[in-house]
Amino acid sequence: MIRIACIFACILSATALPAPGQDASLDVPKSVVAGTAFSIPAAGSGKATLYIAGPDGVLKRDVQLGQPIAIAASDLDDAGHYIAVLASDSSSQTAQFDVIAANQPASISFLARPSRLPVDLQNGITGAVYVFDSYGNLITSPVPVNFELSVASAPAQTRTVVTNLGAAWTGMNSATKEGNAKFMAQAGNVSATRVIEQVPGEPCGLKMSAQKVGDKLNLVTEPLRDCGGNAVSDGTIVTFTETWDGGQTTVDVPLKRDIAQAEVPAHMGARLSVATGVVMGNEIRWEGKE
Amino acid sequence: MIRRILVLGTVLAASGAFAADQPSVQLEPTNLRGPRPLAKQTETAVVHDYLQAWQGMAAAMDQNRPDLLDQDFVGEAREKLAATIAEQTKLGVHVHYQDRTHDIKIVFYSPDGLSIQLVDLIEYDEQVLDHGKVVAVQPVHVRYVAVLTPTEVQWKVRILQSEPL
Repeated sequence: MIRIACIFACILSATALPAPGQDASLDVPKSVVAGTAFSIPAAGSGKATLYIAGPDGVLKRDVQLGQPIAIAASDLDDAGHYIAVLASDSSSQTAQFDVIAANQPASISFLARPSRLPVDLQNGITGAVYVFDSYGNLITSPVPVNFELSVASAPAQTRTVVTNLGAAWTGMNSATKEGNAKFMAQAGNVSATRVIEQVPGEPCGLKMSAQKVGDKLNLVTEPLRDCGGNAVSDGTIVTFTETWDGGQTTVDVPLKRDIAQAEVPAHMGARLSVATGVVMGNEIRWEGKE
Repeated sequence: MIRRILVLGTVLAASGAFAADQPSVQLEPTNLRGPRPLAKQTETAVVHDYLQAWQGMAAAMDQNRPDLLDQDFVGEAREKLAATIAEQTKLGVHVHYQDRTHDIKIVFYSPDGLSIQLVDLIEYDEQVLDHGKVVAVQPVHVRYVAVLTPTEVQWKVRILQSEPL
């Protein structure tokens, strides 16, 4: 009986690799920081092959049992879950371990939106950040990220947000004055900056005057400003409308150097109005003089 | 409350090698950080594309074919997986991944709508083969963090990284 058992054992041990599922445990650290050297004790004698495998990397190395197996810092730098197998002719030892991202940020992915927006918009600017270590691993442990939105004419807005699973976001208000803003995100010693163009908002208090020139009326707006006093962008379309008995004239003109002007026929008793976008201006009834 | 995704059959069955063993999938209710609401269609599409990416990755790793990653991965995730496949090929190793269960929760939808982050408590079997011989088979239970970004027609995985439970 014992002899039969021995024969089976000998046959099994003679197969090239041991049957999976009958593995002994291999002594590997439960987790290793990416890019850190470590060693794996390898008891026994003779030769074996070490395999380390996972979606993020694979190693295969012939080793001498009885000596610790050195894993160099450069061997495993991608964060992930790995299985380790030490396979010899007579035994197989396995273990699972994690390579985790280093805590020191080395790069950030910073998405800021929009690149252009009107002034004075609450939470109109958003920024989202992902933080990575020097090996491109997402740092999933909490990391404080400083966001700063600065313009020349006002104090900077700042926020500190701690990452959750490597991600952080914030919302910022656009400034009341037009101009470029620098939107910066910083984690550790690394930062990224995006430029946000803040343009004037809708015109505030659109007002025109009329003056007779020959048999025409010259309609001119006052310089167009938004509610923060910023000049409305040239090219903004302003619509003048003249309505009189029996007819209507509409003229669309682009804003030029802050004002818009147009000529319409001078009809006695005509009603003149002006608008741009959703903003209505004043109305004039032409009775020969304004 | 846990909802079960039932409509996965078409996609998962399409990858022949795994058609017999489709993973069970649970989708946890979303508890999003960030101001952007997540539409139901977006949620469904993201989960669908993420699970499809697992099938694509498994096929690529099993056949040592980095081109199979192109459908579902971009950027850093694709580069890292392709590097692993290149190393596998050099060593004569290939690894067979069979996902068994996914427990997915979408955790972050960036305000610009350009990235979605999810966590997946996943169980899979990992089989390491050296020149066709099985070296080891191990059940794995781990948490994955994935970031997906929209492309023309689907969401693709840009970051795929496991972390200790």
